[in-house]
Amino acid sequence: MASEKIDVRYVAKLARIALSEDEAERFGKQLGDLLAHVNVLSELETASVPATAQVVESRNVERSDEAGPCLDRETVLSMAPQREGSFFRVPKIIGQP
Amino acid sequence: MTVQTRYEAVIGIECHVELKTRSKMFCACANEFGGEPNTKVCPVCLALPGALPVANAEAIRHMIRAGLAFGASIPAFSKFDRKNYFYPDMPKDYQISQYDMPLTLGGSVRYWLEDGTLKECKLTRIHLEEDTGKSIHGGGGDGRIAGSSFSLIDFNRAGVPLMECVSEPDLRSAQEAVGYLEALKRTFVQLGVSDVKMEEGSLRCDANVSIRPAGSTELGTKTEIKNMNSFRSVLRAIESEIERQIAVLESGSRIVQETRGWDEGQGVTHSMRSKEEAHDYRYFPDPDLVPIEVDAALIDELKKTIPVLPPERFARYRGYGMDPKQATQLVDNFPLADYFDACVAAGANPQASMNFVLSDLSRLANETGTPVNESAVTPEALAELVALVESKTVNSKIAKELLERMWAGEGSPKAIVEQEGLAQTSDTGEIERLIDEVLAANEKAATDYKAGKTNILGFLTGQVMKASRGKANPALVNELLRKKLE
Repeated sequence: MASEKIDVRYVAKLARIALSEDEAERFGKQLGDLLAHVNVLSELETASVPATAQVVESRNVERSDEAGPCLDRETVLSMAPQREGSFFRVPKIIGQP
Repeated sequence: MTVQTRYEAVIGIECHVELKTRSKMFCACANEFGGEPNTKVCPVCLALPGALPVANAEAIRHMIRAGLAFGASIPAFSKFDRKNYFYPDMPKDYQISQYDMPLTLGGSVRYWLEDGTLKECKLTRIHLEEDTGKSIHGGGGDGRIAGSSFSLIDFNRAGVPLMECVSEPDLRSAQEAVGYLEALKRTFVQLGVSDVKMEEGSLRCDANVSIRPAGSTELGTKTEIKNMNSFRSVLRAIESEIERQIAVLESGSRIVQETRGWDEGQGVTHSMRSKEEAHDYRYFPDPDLVPIEVDAALIDELKKTIPVLPPERFARYRGYGMDPKQATQLVDNFPLADYFDACVAAGANPQASMNFVLSDLSRLANETGTPVNESAVTPEALAELVALVESKTVNSKIAKELLERMWAGEGSPKAIVEQEGLAQTSDTGEIERLIDEVLAANEKAATDYKAGKTNILGFLTGQVMKASRGKANPALVNELLRKKLE
């Protein structure tokens, strides 16, 4: 089956990944092959198969509403690339390149 | 026809409400407002590698109850999806939400306007998701995101259960939008699914606003209004946006579909257009969470927990003759409304008990700090008092005295009346004897009355009432006094 068309640059943009020309072409082809592979499924007769969103069969895995211990703040903030006082510090949100 | 009445506004509301639970949606961190930054966080809500979410059962029950309260259908099968976007207040870089199979579908919200008119707005859906963290924007920009060079993040709120209520575009004015939001708020508070404190951000809403020529059935181009932080700003923002859109169309231009932010200080909406293209969230089912199946048994169980809801009460109270303001006040004081309903259920005349509940009992509650429903005056006792007034056994003055003594724990009104002989007297002979005494003691007043100072009658009536220790039938006293003096 022929490669599926995929706008690899748009997907890369949504995923915030910068791609070189070479990469765009290479990944574009790879992603197209993947889609074509998945497309094999559409050849199956699925009218009688119920739709699913999960491969495991369990349902209603829930926890009771009890509060428990949290992480120590110093431990948490020590993992952050940047902190300021008791906050995480992040770069400019709007107007980033 | 004015320019304004040539157009009709079409408004839909998207409203986010934080659910009241002990713990967050997918982890056991406490769900509490405020607190020291980044102290209510764990591997799940910080998205540390390998951490797995597990859904909070109580949040799901809250959702189903909210849906049932609005007559929504509760699908037997529901699931969580990932909504993918990048924003630093959301550590996973996706939000767990519900895309095409939400927990509740349809239903409608009954609400009312200030003048008491009852209205209805259909709901599209209510779905369950998680809240984001909070950002403080620093380094210029005066606390606004635009212009700041960095931001500080507190993840305490990240992962708090959040329901999103989406309305149909059924609202036709800013007043209707506020009435709708108030109805959502009072219903959620009464159900106990949320505290709905706008000042703490536990209810946040956006409005989709468009206008069209009056009578038209086609929809105009809409704008989305954000940044409304109180019901008052919702009212002002929508009114201002309708005016702006009318002016745009009247000048021969077109409305641009865009997001606009409400500027509270300037009282106008501003375009928030950015260079970003249309959102593409690439929703997909969250593989870390299994689907939710809701069976009929659970729905039946939860249905039993739905109390009498505000619109039903409001309509009934209006029927008892309450004005819209009184009815709204009582509806919003759930314990007092429960108490009032119990009085009516105990056989009390609704109008008469309404006066006691809204005035005398509310005053006593304010003075003593004891809520009416926790006072010594049980609904049955109030019903007894109301019956004593209706049968003219006691007059209204004695009734007020009795109420104070009931409040003080002196027992049932009937018992007090019998013990102390407080029953109202309509014994003409007895009242005439008292009138003679009073007139003898107040000769000048009697003369003044005969000379035309008829307003002195009130004073004389008061004296006779006093002489009867409040027991005389005041209407009868008045009538007999008048006869005597003429």
